[in-house]
Amino acid sequence: MSIAEYTLSRKSALSGSIWFKYASPQMFFPVAGKMIPGFAIIGAVLCLVGLYIGFFVAPTDRQQGDAYRIIFLHVPAAWMSMVIYMAMAFWAGIGLVMNTRLSSMMATALAPTGAMFTVLALWTGALWGRPTWGAWWVWDARLTSELILLFLYIGFMALQASIDDPRRADKAGAVLALVGVINVPVIYFSVQWWNTLHQGSSVSLRNAPSMAITMLVGMLITALGFWAYSIAVALLRVRCIVLERERHSDWIKQYVERVEKKR
Amino acid sequence: MIWNSWSDFFAMGGYGLYVWGSVVVTVGLMFGEMIILAMRWKAGLKQLGNWLRNLQKERHENQV
Repeated sequence: MSIAEYTLSRKSALSGSIWFKYASPQMFFPVAGKMIPGFAIIGAVLCLVGLYIGFFVAPTDRQQGDAYRIIFLHVPAAWMSMVIYMAMAFWAGIGLVMNTRLSSMMATALAPTGAMFTVLALWTGALWGRPTWGAWWVWDARLTSELILLFLYIGFMALQASIDDPRRADKAGAVLALVGVINVPVIYFSVQWWNTLHQGSSVSLRNAPSMAITMLVGMLITALGFWAYSIAVALLRVRCIVLERERHSDWIKQYVERVEKKR
Repeated sequence: MIWNSWSDFFAMGGYGLYVWGSVVVTVGLMFGEMIILAMRWKAGLKQLGNWLRNLQKERHENQV
């Protein structure tokens, strides 16, 4: 055996690892299917518990009355809009660097859910802003940067939809997603960097939370529920994408035949 | 229980429109997303199944 053949036949240390095993759509497809019900149930339970605390246990706010209860939807939605963007950019970047198709599919699967939570953050924010500030919308740093986040999501989805070759769409989308990451810290720190109408963070890593403990607990549990929901929905969407993109592979054909036989 | 009655609960201290407007849209969009995905999954399976059956039929006809 020549040295070249030897080098080629040897598996690299990375390719044998568990990470690469599940990087193939074929391996990940059934695993994702098994994970969906678990995350869906956890998400439903956490959302119900969190909202129960928010609407039945947490007391009325002294300053804002019951309008403040929008916080139990607004803050988790806003957090998810940023977290999902980071996750989307991460998987898109991995797909770009490592050339792993599944990572790129994961990024594509995350975008609509992230966009939905951005819309929700803006919508609930408007409905909260009206009674507390007297305005549905103001062009302040927090609101404007969150609106830009929505445009980034829409841009990512539109760009990918406009390119026929899926792998080229993955790569173009990844570049856009990675450039857009700069916007996430801008959103997060906007209330510190600029003088905004939007109130400061209710919860931060450095300071003690500036809200009652029951309010905080309700909000955090709902946020975890939204998180589990996002994972379940993203896994379901990535399975749809694998089904559509890998339709020419034998294993998908066998899977479809198996499902049809069961009916 | 922090509410005196259900109508108290739905009024949300006069902010009912804002609070329930947030809740309804949030719940609606989340359920809507799940329904759309379930439909996409079923449609994908069905389309692929039809395509495979047609392929097999074609192959069978070619052999005959």
